[in-house]
Amino acid sequence: MRDTHPLMGFVSRGFRGKRRDTASSARVPPGQYVVTDFPVLSAGPTPRVNLDQWTFSIEGEIDEPKRWTWKEFRALAAETVTKDIHCVTKWSKLDTTWKGVSVDTLMEGVETAAEFTTVFSDAGYTTNIPLDDITGNKAWVVYEFDGQPLHPEHGGPVRFLVPHLYFWKSAKWVRGIRLQNEEHPGFWESNGYNMYGDPWREQRYWGD
Amino acid sequence: MISRGPRLITWQLGVLAEIVQETPRVSSLYFDAPDWPGHLAGQHIDVRLTADDGYQAERSYSIASAPEDRRLALTVERLDDGEVSPYLVGELRVGDKLELRGPIGGYFVWRGEEERPLLLIGGGSGVVPLMSMLRHRSHVARKAPARLLFSSRTLADVIYHEELERLSSADGGLRVFHTLTREKPAGWTGYTRRIDEAMVKEVVWPTQDMVDVFVCGPTSFVEAAASLLVAMGYDPRAVKTERFGATGG
Repeated sequence: MRDTHPLMGFVSRGFRGKRRDTASSARVPPGQYVVTDFPVLSAGPTPRVNLDQWTFSIEGEIDEPKRWTWKEFRALAAETVTKDIHCVTKWSKLDTTWKGVSVDTLMEGVETAAEFTTVFSDAGYTTNIPLDDITGNKAWVVYEFDGQPLHPEHGGPVRFLVPHLYFWKSAKWVRGIRLQNEEHPGFWESNGYNMYGDPWREQRYWGD
Repeated sequence: MISRGPRLITWQLGVLAEIVQETPRVSSLYFDAPDWPGHLAGQHIDVRLTADDGYQAERSYSIASAPEDRRLALTVERLDDGEVSPYLVGELRVGDKLELRGPIGGYFVWRGEEERPLLLIGGGSGVVPLMSMLRHRSHVARKAPARLLFSSRTLADVIYHEELERLSSADGGLRVFHTLTREKPAGWTGYTRRIDEAMVKEVVWPTQDMVDVFVCGPTSFVEAAASLLVAMGYDPRAVKTERFGATGG
C-alpha cells in the first residue's frame, strides 16, 4: 500500500537544501530534519498534575491490576537512557537523555495473553502500541529530561518514552497502560495517523 | 468530501499559479492541484522538496484556503535559517511544480456545520489555519458567531489584514480583535501588548458553554492563551491547540 515515489525523478527547480553531515544523517529517518531545541506539540491545554493524587496503573487483560502512587513509582529502579526521537511533524532530536522506569520493570510478574496496549494520559489522550513494542528494553515511563524534572509542556511530571516509534506514541502526562486482546486506535490514530508509526518506514498517516 | 475511513494519502504535484505577498516575511502561494481530494478547514499538508542529486526535505504547512476555494493556498513565513520556507518564499516562481500530499489531521478542524460560537486565537503565522476556518465560514449559509483574537508583532506583520477587515465589516457575526506586541502605531485602536487575562476576558464570550475554540501560534503564545481560557472555566477538551516551535521551516 505504499506510494512513496509516484513522482520518481521529480526535481524541485532551484532547490539545493541544507545538507547534514553524513555521521548524523544515518540516524535520521526519511523526511525528518534535526532540531537542537525541543518543539512542543499537544492537542490541547497543558494539564497541571497533582502528584498527591497521581497514580500509574497497568490494567485491562491482567488478573490483578497493578498501581503505583507517585512515592511508590519513584522508589522503583530507574534507568537513564539516551535515545534519538522522531516527531511525525518532521523534526528529529538526537541523543536525548531521559530518566525513568523501564516498562519491563513495571511488567515484572505480569502474565497476560494481551498482544496490544493502549497507553492513556491525564488529558484523555490515548495511543495504541503492540505489547511487544513496549517490552524488551524498548519503552520507559520517564520523569527526567536532560537531568531535570520533566517540564509540564513536555509531558511532566511523567511521560511515556517509546523512541523507536514516532513521538506521538510517547504519550505525555501518562497515567497507565491498558492491556488488550485487540488493537483499538488511540487519539491521533483515529485522526488520520498511522496505527503503528515506524519512522524508518515513514508510517506517518493512514495507509502509509 | 473527506471520508472517515483509512485512505492512502499520496504525493501529487501542484503548480504554483499565484503568489501574494502578505507581509515582508510572509507570502501566500496559490496552487492548481488537479488531484487534490478536498480538505477541511484547519487541516495541513506535507510539502517535499527534491534536489537534483536526490536529497529531500519535507515540512508540514497549514492550509490557508477554504474547502470551497478553487485553488489550494498555503501561507508561509520565511524563516531565514530554515531549509524549506526560504525556497517556498523566495525561490519558487509561478509555473513551478511542488510535491505535496494531504490533507492531514482530523482534530484541529472546523466543519462549520454547527451554529455554536467559534473562538479563534492566533499568534503570527498561527493565524493561517484559523483563516481557512473564517474563509470557510464566509461560504456557509448559517454562520456561527465568530471572534478572532490575532496577535502580531507590528502593524506591517499583520497577515491578511485587509481581508479580515473586509470579512468583518461585511458580516456582523464576525469580530476581529488585533493586538500588536512590538509597536504602538499612531491612531491604532487595537491592543498593544501580549495576550493577557484582561484582553481575553474582553474578547471572549462570557459563557463558556458550547464554544468551539481553536488556538494556534508559537508554543509560548499557545500555552498562555490556552491556560487563560482554562483558568476562566473553559473545558480543556473544548480548547483545540496547535503549536509550532522556534525552529521549523
